[in-house]
Amino acid sequence: MSIIDTIEKENMRFDTPAFRSGDTVKVHIRIVEGAKERVQIFEGVVIGRRNRAMGSNFTVRKMSHGVGVEKVFPLHSPRLEKVEVVTEGRVRRSKLYYLRELRGKAARIRERGIRK
Amino acid sequence: MPKTIGILGKKIGMTRVYAEDGTALGVTVLQAGPCYVTQRKTVEKEGYNAIQVGFDTKKDSRVNKPLAGHFKSAGKGAFYHLQEFRVDNPGDYELGQEIVITDMFNVGDVIDVTGTAKGKGFQGVMKRHNFAGGPGGHGSGFHRAPGSIGMCAWPARVVKGKKLPGRMGGQTVTKKSVKIVDIRVEDNALLVKGAIPGAKQGLLHIHTK
Repeated sequence: MSIIDTIEKENMRFDTPAFRSGDTVKVHIRIVEGAKERVQIFEGVVIGRRNRAMGSNFTVRKMSHGVGVEKVFPLHSPRLEKVEVVTEGRVRRSKLYYLRELRGKAARIRERGIRK
Repeated sequence: MPKTIGILGKKIGMTRVYAEDGTALGVTVLQAGPCYVTQRKTVEKEGYNAIQVGFDTKKDSRVNKPLAGHFKSAGKGAFYHLQEFRVDNPGDYELGQEIVITDMFNVGDVIDVTGTAKGKGFQGVMKRHNFAGGPGGHGSGFHRAPGSIGMCAWPARVVKGKKLPGRMGGQTVTKKSVKIVDIRVEDNALLVKGAIPGAKQGLLHIHTK
C-alpha cells in the first residue's frame, strides 16, 4: 500500500451512514463564530455525490424561502458533526441537476421501497 | 559557508488533510530519504567541508566497479543518486550514517524544495509566457499568435530575450517557503502544504532555507 493510501485511510471518516443521490438528509455542521461553536442543521435532497477518497463530497439542495440553496460538503471533513438520512429517494440517475429547473410538486422525489 | 543542509527525496503525490480547526489543506506527500553518508569532504583533502549522501538503493549488479569502490567504505550498498551538502564539521558524521528527517525538520518549519518541472514540449506564447492572445471571434483573425515582435528600420532586429514560442518545462524549479504540515517518521514521509514541482516519483532536493 502506498504512503498516500495509508494517510488517507487514517484521515477518512467511516462513521457517515450510507446515502445516495435522491435521499433527503440532515447535515449537522459545526460552525465556529468567534470563540463560540454551534451546530447548524442543513436539511435537503442529495443531488450528487463525488467519490474520490479524501476528496469525496456531496451536494445538498433545499428550498429556502422560495430560493434554491445548494451546499457542497466534504464527506470526510471534521466540521461535519453527523449526517442523518431522513428519507431514501428513488431516482434514476446519479446527478439530479434537473431538480434545479423544477419547482414545487414537480420537484418531489418518490421514496425508495414503496410500491406505487 | 552556506549552512543549508538537506535531504534527497521523491514526490509521491497529493492528497488532502484537515487541520485542527477543520480547514482543509491540499498537501504533497514527499518521501524524504532514507539517505546515508557516503563520503566526508574536508578542507585538508578536498579544499572544502561537505558530506556526500546517497539516496535510492541500487542493485549491486547495476553498479560499475569504480562506483562500487566508492560505495564500499560506507557499507550501505549502492545508490542511484548522490548529493553533496556543505557542513561546518564533516567529522560529526560517520560513513554510512543515516540522515534522519526529524533531526533537520520539525512540523511547522518552512523549507525549500527543488525539483525538475514536468516537460511541456514546444509551446506557444500564451501558455509559455502568459500572453493575452487575441479575441476568439467577431471576425478577428488574431487568436494565439505572439503579435509584433519589434520595431522596423531601427533596430532592424529582434531584441535579445524576446519572449517567443519554444520548449517549455523540464527546468529546475525551486519552490521556496514550503510549510511542513506533518512528518511521518516510520514512512520517511513529509507532508508539505501546496504543490511541488515535477512529476510523481521525481527526484527532489529538500533543504532548509
